[in-house]
Amino acid sequence: MSAVSPQVDLRPGGRLRRRRIVNRIMESLGTLAALLAVTVLIIVVVSVVRKGAPSLSWHFLTARPNLFGGAGGGISNAIVGTAVIVGVATAIAVPVGVLIAIYLTEFARKQVALTIQVIVDVLAGLPTIVVGDFVYGLLVVGHQQSGLAGSVALSIVMLPLVARAAQEVLLLVPSALREGCLALGVSRWRAVLGVILPTAFGGIVTGTVLAVARAAGETAPLLFTSSIFSSTVSTDVTHSMANIPVLIFIYSEQPDAALHQDAWAAAVVLIGFVLLASLAARGLLARSRRKLGR
Amino acid sequence: MSAVPSTTPLLTSRRRLADRLGDRGFYAVTLAASLLCVAIVGAIVWKVFALADLSISRYKLNFFTTTVWDPVKNHYGALLFLYGTAVSSFVALLVATPLSIAIGLYLSELAPRGIRGLIASLVEMLAAIPSVVLGLWGILVLGPFMAAHVDPWLHDTLGWTPMFAGQVGQNGLSMLTAIVILTIMIVPIISSISRELFLSVPAELEEGALALGATRWEMVRGVILPSARSGIAAAMILGLARALGEAIAVTQVIGGATRFNASWFAPADTLASKVAGNYQSASTKVEASSLIYLAGILLVIGLVVNVIAQVIIRRFDPVRSASRA
Repeated sequence: MSAVSPQVDLRPGGRLRRRRIVNRIMESLGTLAALLAVTVLIIVVVSVVRKGAPSLSWHFLTARPNLFGGAGGGISNAIVGTAVIVGVATAIAVPVGVLIAIYLTEFARKQVALTIQVIVDVLAGLPTIVVGDFVYGLLVVGHQQSGLAGSVALSIVMLPLVARAAQEVLLLVPSALREGCLALGVSRWRAVLGVILPTAFGGIVTGTVLAVARAAGETAPLLFTSSIFSSTVSTDVTHSMANIPVLIFIYSEQPDAALHQDAWAAAVVLIGFVLLASLAARGLLARSRRKLGR
Repeated sequence: MSAVPSTTPLLTSRRRLADRLGDRGFYAVTLAASLLCVAIVGAIVWKVFALADLSISRYKLNFFTTTVWDPVKNHYGALLFLYGTAVSSFVALLVATPLSIAIGLYLSELAPRGIRGLIASLVEMLAAIPSVVLGLWGILVLGPFMAAHVDPWLHDTLGWTPMFAGQVGQNGLSMLTAIVILTIMIVPIISSISRELFLSVPAELEEGALALGATRWEMVRGVILPSARSGIAAAMILGLARALGEAIAVTQVIGGATRFNASWFAPADTLASKVAGNYQSASTKVEASSLIYLAGILLVIGLVVNVIAQVIIRRFDPVRSASRA
């Protein structure tokens, strides 16, 4: 008796082949899309660095801009200004943001927490130029532009970011810790300040670093609050202070190629700081997640 | 038997008082911080409309139907910028959504495990680039490139459509360049949310589909995409909100327009770019107030869009954890 010849052909035929081809096409499209995004990132970063790095020097970082405009000066006024403005903004946003997070995770009833949460998230999504307009109306109209007004505007941008980040780590703190405190008769506020916040500290730092990275690059909130500045290095927050983003914005709108050169170099400084801060935050996040057992 | 030291009641009562006051006080401080946040949102709405009041009472709703923005005649309207905002944001969203979903699928399903995290971080890094730097790159690199290579090609192949029929500009400062920049800005937002959404689809469902003989793409189309549909909608809306409100990079590359032009090769203006671009140059009170009126429109759009996104997110919980910035 001859062997039974197989009835089923295991090689892909007609329909199955078409399905496999479609699958292959779709997989390639997905890969291409991811490649495209990464390529764009590389193109942007490489072209900023290539154009900016040649004019980056110690002189550029530490000298003041030329008195009568024009390129060839430094950006020390903008570096100091950005540091002060963002520093003050952080000092405002972090305590308030962490307190909001504590309220939402430790105290608020569900409905209340939900409402405030939505409002925090909506604040995070508002156009930052509108925030700038608001602070302009609040602190600049009738007075003058000031570094403090810029800080307030940036702190409004940072507030929801800090609150959100703090809330997420507070939620990761094991509830056994809370219950343990309560079982030992520790009062709520001592438990939060003494046990829960320290546990969540790493995550809060991460969130703060990310918010600082974001705020350092924000231009729109500063346009109306701290954009008309002199070329002197100043730490006086009651007057308008120079800052890197607005400087890049103004230089980029000028038709002068030498100013463009300065804008590129300033962009290298800004992008370097922002990307390093984001990377650092990513590292910290991974560490604090591990520590909290997630 | 009274073996308990007699000082204990005193100690505990003093301690209890401190604890109770501390609890109350701490609660009050955290509540105050939360109310402050609510108050800020309220104050933003109030202040912006107070600043725009002069223009609002002068133009009322006619502002929305007037195309001219004429500082010489001191007459202002928002229609040009509404058009610019709508076209730039929606087209950017239209381009960014399929791209982002594809990236999300690649990161959640296809990418080799070793490089998955790396590529996800790189895509998110794209979102960390400050908009003013992206705008600088847009003016000096992307714009000239578009004008020299992309625009002429589009003009030749798609010249029969009104968008691509017009004259190609010299420097590439145009609606089209703004659309490209906005797309670059919102792709990382939508793709990182999509990725988390796709990862949150139960593995049993995916494995079930594969076990029934579905190819990977059929599994994606039949299982993953349907279960992530509402989340994708929320991600799109969040991306849209970003695009609508982006002021700086758009101001840098869109060129600034004084009249309506259907061509995407021509300069245009959006609500946000008009406000940002004229931050120092408002010469009259009416113009300044009209600029803030534009910001007020932007604010209302921003509020509505964000609230819609949040409602969708809250209704479908998995997105919530995914939507963190």
